[in-house]
Amino acid sequence: MSAVDEPAAGAALAGGPGPEGGGQTSAARLAAYVQGGGVVVPLLTVVMAFLAGGLVILLTGHNPLSTYKAIFDGTGLNWLLPWTSSADRPAAALNLQQTLIQTVPLILTGLAVAFAFRCGLFNIGGQGQYLMGSYAAVWAGSSFAGMAHVPHVLIAALLAAVAGALWAGIAGLLKATVGANEVISTIMLNYTAIYIGDYLFGLGGPLQGNQPSVPVSNDIAGGAKLHVFWGDPELQGLHIGIFVALVALVAFWVVLNRSTTGYEVRAVGLNPEAARYGGMSVARNYLLVMAVCGFFAGLAGAMDILGWQFRIATNDIDISQIGFLGIAVALLGRNTAIGTLFSALLFGALLSGTSQRNLDPTIFEPQLASNLTTIIQGLVVLFVSADVLVIAILRSGRRLVPFRRRRESET
Amino acid sequence: MERALELRGITKRFGRIVANEGVDFDLQAGEVHALLGENGAGKSTLMSILYGLYRPDEGEIRVDGERVTIDSPRHAIDLGIGMVHQHFMLIPVMTVAENIVLADEPRSAGGLLDVQAADARVRELSDRFGLAVNPDAVVEDVSVGQQQRVEILKALYREARILVLDEPTAVLTAQETQDLFRVLRALRDDGKAIVFISHKLGEVLDIADRVTVLRRGKRVDTVSTEGATEGSLARLMVGRDVLLRVDKAPLERREPILEIRDLHVRDDRDLPAVQGVDLTVHAGEIVALAGVDGNGQSELIEAITGLRGVEQGEIAVEGRDRTGAGARDMVAAGVSHIAEDRHRRGLVLNFSIAENLALREYRTPKLSRHGWLSPRKMVTRARSLIREFDVRGGEPETPAAALSGGNQQKCVIAREIACNPRVLVAAQPTRGLDVGAIEFVHRRLVAERDAGRGILLMSLESEEVRSLADRILVIYEGRIVGEFPPDASEEELGIAMTGGRRREAA
Repeated sequence: MSAVDEPAAGAALAGGPGPEGGGQTSAARLAAYVQGGGVVVPLLTVVMAFLAGGLVILLTGHNPLSTYKAIFDGTGLNWLLPWTSSADRPAAALNLQQTLIQTVPLILTGLAVAFAFRCGLFNIGGQGQYLMGSYAAVWAGSSFAGMAHVPHVLIAALLAAVAGALWAGIAGLLKATVGANEVISTIMLNYTAIYIGDYLFGLGGPLQGNQPSVPVSNDIAGGAKLHVFWGDPELQGLHIGIFVALVALVAFWVVLNRSTTGYEVRAVGLNPEAARYGGMSVARNYLLVMAVCGFFAGLAGAMDILGWQFRIATNDIDISQIGFLGIAVALLGRNTAIGTLFSALLFGALLSGTSQRNLDPTIFEPQLASNLTTIIQGLVVLFVSADVLVIAILRSGRRLVPFRRRRESET
Repeated sequence: MERALELRGITKRFGRIVANEGVDFDLQAGEVHALLGENGAGKSTLMSILYGLYRPDEGEIRVDGERVTIDSPRHAIDLGIGMVHQHFMLIPVMTVAENIVLADEPRSAGGLLDVQAADARVRELSDRFGLAVNPDAVVEDVSVGQQQRVEILKALYREARILVLDEPTAVLTAQETQDLFRVLRALRDDGKAIVFISHKLGEVLDIADRVTVLRRGKRVDTVSTEGATEGSLARLMVGRDVLLRVDKAPLERREPILEIRDLHVRDDRDLPAVQGVDLTVHAGEIVALAGVDGNGQSELIEAITGLRGVEQGEIAVEGRDRTGAGARDMVAAGVSHIAEDRHRRGLVLNFSIAENLALREYRTPKLSRHGWLSPRKMVTRARSLIREFDVRGGEPETPAAALSGGNQQKCVIAREIACNPRVLVAAQPTRGLDVGAIEFVHRRLVAERDAGRGILLMSLESEEVRSLADRILVIYEGRIVGEFPPDASEEELGIAMTGGRRREAA
């Protein structure tokens, strides 16, 4: 194979080595570059998304610069700037609390996707796992009335995480035992989770609250609520879930890079055949990784329920997007811990900065604001996916080849 | 003789890397001109320039004495240049004839493909040069050797006068190689000009009239094969004297350490692949498993190394039954494995060298404790193995993908020997390596043998088998059909490998 040792451009242009060329295809080389590519690519992606978003704002007849300034102020990030006047500070603090409250579940659902990616799995099921976690948290939070604060919170959060883990574990088990494609099974599990919620909390459902005509659960007990350490608990101050998310980020990094388990996960993700040769069980890793992903996503559900929602309505279930945004968070964050932190913060800021509540109505009409939110989020996702998704699909296509061949030769 | 092709002062740079530097090359009608060089010497780049895939930064190309600028493969074809790539560019589900006429189809009156005309033309070309291919066969059903001939026919169909073959023998068996050479001689005698790219010295001496040797992008010399020897060519290629024959201490056969009894193994399609193999490897000997690819050797090796289930039979290491043990348990039992395909199995290319070197022992106290890796220990160990095995071009943190093939293989060998195995199973350990790296691998295997390890070598190169082995076992259709001493003749082995004759163990 002389092409292998020629300069990179050589192999790529000369048609590249065939399917037997192992990891030396141009897609693999590109993927390796992206994995280690640093912060330039994701930063560029964000800049491009904002430029394109600015064009959209311009088309609606508004000034992009003043709109973006308003969005920025809406995120509360101006609280961090030393020149913000003391008159603006209280409002900025409230906004920043909102941004960080949104960031908490985004970090966790982002990790749920990133961890799977590192093992070569595409977890589209963050949403379903998040919802199952929310259901468990609502149930545990609204049961056990009179239980002491700390054990109640711990039990509710843990049950939620386990519910998410079990839910994702179904997809992991199917992948590990019969090789079912996790993309398909997690998508289907998302729908299943939504309808389970509609049943549980809908009119006449077993967990519907005490108001007979409203499809909402009971409120969780006061003792199950997370402690608010910044701002007014009555005005949705920032709860301690942010520390849970930060600890999860650190745990993600440490486990992945410093434990033998993480070494196995990465080996399976990069080359399952070499992992098998190294004595690892690929199936066991798939199952384990999916369960851990579900654990993260379930925890995200718990943080939202115990931190600020306190109840769940079938409405919320149907419109919730947090789990799906986790995919964008992980992609933009390049499946790393630090990347996930910053991209979760970006998406959290976008969510709160463009919300009707936070965006200055004199700059951009509140009616349009929520659409603008979606447009900008969509653009970021689009630009992120444009490069990373293509690479991911190319790689998974390459992995599928031997499978397909085996199938054909059997028939 | 007339000059069909002339390359003058060709220089090609990729960023800071100079792939070709002032290379001269000329080709006459009616000759086979070999282009010889190690991996990365610039052979493929030079031929890609000729085929219009790259534009040279400097230099000129003359075809039939006329200066040309080749800017696309289409243009190269129009100039009468045909290329047979190492990896075939065929459509598996189409017939031989359909593949050959693709993009240049004969059409009937209604504008439809004229199948009969295509068949007739293919048959005529095939008969003329003795290629013996059936135009109606579907490509995926014919052998690799046949597919290669389809590629040659494709070029001839487009009226190529200059034929470039990029490492054509890499995928062929010894018999197929001889068949290919017969075809090439017929083409040469017909006045075609042939460029034969290779790094196998014996083949170059066998088929070529002249040899141009490239080293690090530069032309070292162009010599006639008359009077040249493998040694003289190797010296030109590597730039120093190369030990082609391996020096071995006399056989000091000790206790048996790997014993296989009546082993049966099934392949991926659940068909019997290994059907009752008995073999024993003693400490201090190299046992070679010779055979044509696809006769069960891969499945046998996977079973021995714990990567494939055993249907029936027994595998014992140092007298203890290890049948059914997994890959990790086999390593622990003292069986290391230099995998057949280092990219697919032997390495995680995006892992660093240090991480790759940990693949076998990441769970042992050498590298981790209570489930936590020690990066410091991993790097320290990688550094010492890099030094001991002379891995060049990388630090412990360098991704394995950035290394050359030879240095990647050194990493695999370093890791497998570092486990301190009793038996080293080496499957095609020199596949795709250049002369210098092959020499290193051979020496190391012999050194491990001399140090008292048992070595089971699987190789498709009969040259390698005969120069390294103390005993040669020939495998055919999943059975050991004969045992030979290392001085067995190529013919004897060839006959056994194709199932011609059974010879009971000596």
